[in-house]
Amino acid sequence: MTTGTVKWFNAGLRIEGSAVLSFAPHVRFRFDDTRKAWVVLAPERLLLPDDQAVEILRLIDGERDVDAIIDELASRFETPRDVIAGDVLPMLQDLVDKKVLRQ
Amino acid sequence: MTALTGVSVEPPLALLAELTHRCPLRCPYCSNPLELSRASAELDTATWRRVFAEAAELGVLQVHFSGGEPLVRRDLAELVAHATKFGLYVNLITSGIGLNADRLGRFVEAGLEHVQLSLQDAEPGSGDRIAGLAGAQQAKRQAAALVRAAGLPLTVNAVVHRQNLERLEAIIELAVQLGADRLEVAHVQYYGWALSNRAALLPSRDQLDVATATVEAARAQLAGRLVIDYVVPDYYAHRPKACMGGWGRRFLNVTPLGKVLPCHAAETLPGLRFPTVAEASLSDIWYYSPAFAHFRGTAWMAEPCRSCERREIDWGGCRCQAFALTGNAARTDPACSLSSDHLLLAVARHEAAGPAPDFVYRQHSAAPPRVADPAL
Repeated sequence: MTTGTVKWFNAGLRIEGSAVLSFAPHVRFRFDDTRKAWVVLAPERLLLPDDQAVEILRLIDGERDVDAIIDELASRFETPRDVIAGDVLPMLQDLVDKKVLRQ
Repeated sequence: MTALTGVSVEPPLALLAELTHRCPLRCPYCSNPLELSRASAELDTATWRRVFAEAAELGVLQVHFSGGEPLVRRDLAELVAHATKFGLYVNLITSGIGLNADRLGRFVEAGLEHVQLSLQDAEPGSGDRIAGLAGAQQAKRQAAALVRAAGLPLTVNAVVHRQNLERLEAIIELAVQLGADRLEVAHVQYYGWALSNRAALLPSRDQLDVATATVEAARAQLAGRLVIDYVVPDYYAHRPKACMGGWGRRFLNVTPLGKVLPCHAAETLPGLRFPTVAEASLSDIWYYSPAFAHFRGTAWMAEPCRSCERREIDWGGCRCQAFALTGNAARTDPACSLSSDHLLLAVARHEAAGPAPDFVYRQHSAAPPRVADPAL
């Protein structure tokens, strides 16, 4: 059992803007009433995403692609697109590497 | 919430449910205590159901069904169903011995999310010898295939030591072949049975360095296919591990007899009385029991921990290791190079250079049967 504090191997950026991501089977992204916080429950993993990560994860719906997610966040937070992409892409890549998300 | 000692206490994240100590395997590094409990004394279905309800209420998110071998419990499917009903994410930690398609189907129906399968070696003869059971390796291959066919994620847990490390590459290949999503390469942690077998298990520094390089190379090569988690042996460390993320901070453990512990080895510590699930709710035990409060936070620490800048990073290391090696659970973990007991590890490392003695396989003690403890 590990929690979010583990350091992950980073294989470098590989996901493309056109990638459509979804949660891997048997990964649960849900709101926990005890902590009043969103949690990710996965095999051998328990992640406690911060507010920013939650905003990103809530846009993972198996339909919109990574570009669309970045556009949405850039517009919502009135922040330059490349700044948003700089946060979003490494996080999503990391979660793909951990098999929490899949293409 | 603030518990007894004024230390702020968060709800636990995960529960290790040790359903039984019974197991068809006899691994010489088993994490169960030297004194194994018997089937007749195990918590029944209804009590476990209540434990899961209390755990969910307390804020536990994941429950790991462990043992012994959980598959020996005939009510396992029912237990999975009870745990998932309360919203818990259920993981089955198993040797694979005794798994069949019918039972697995019932576990999936009950909401099982994930299986962690143990692997003793890549080579069947050695695997069976370490497990202490002929045919174990073949049964594991079948179990892995069943898990994949059922569509469940599979983690292979390979415990590594001086007698199988030379085949680490083959172990990694086998994990890929078995269809694992994740491989945990876990160096033996030296408590209980493993401590009794330390000279037969502890690798040399060279073996460890080769293993670490092998894992790093495999991670690069298998990125996207196999996630590899690596648990390093603290006998070669400079700083101790943050055992369980700190005493009573993240995890709790319920033994087959219903004792509630901060970790599976805590019962070895003298002077602490761990309540059972029959005596109090998990919440009362987590927040208010003196045993959970005892080593929580930093107030219990002596030097060099007390003034150490890492005291809230590694939480003084492991209490069970401190006790096992120094006889005093409140001392700094000898794995820390700042500990005055750090040389004790050099003695063990010296043993690793000598010939490996025979395994002492896990077994029930020869003690005569006793009348069940009425407190349970």
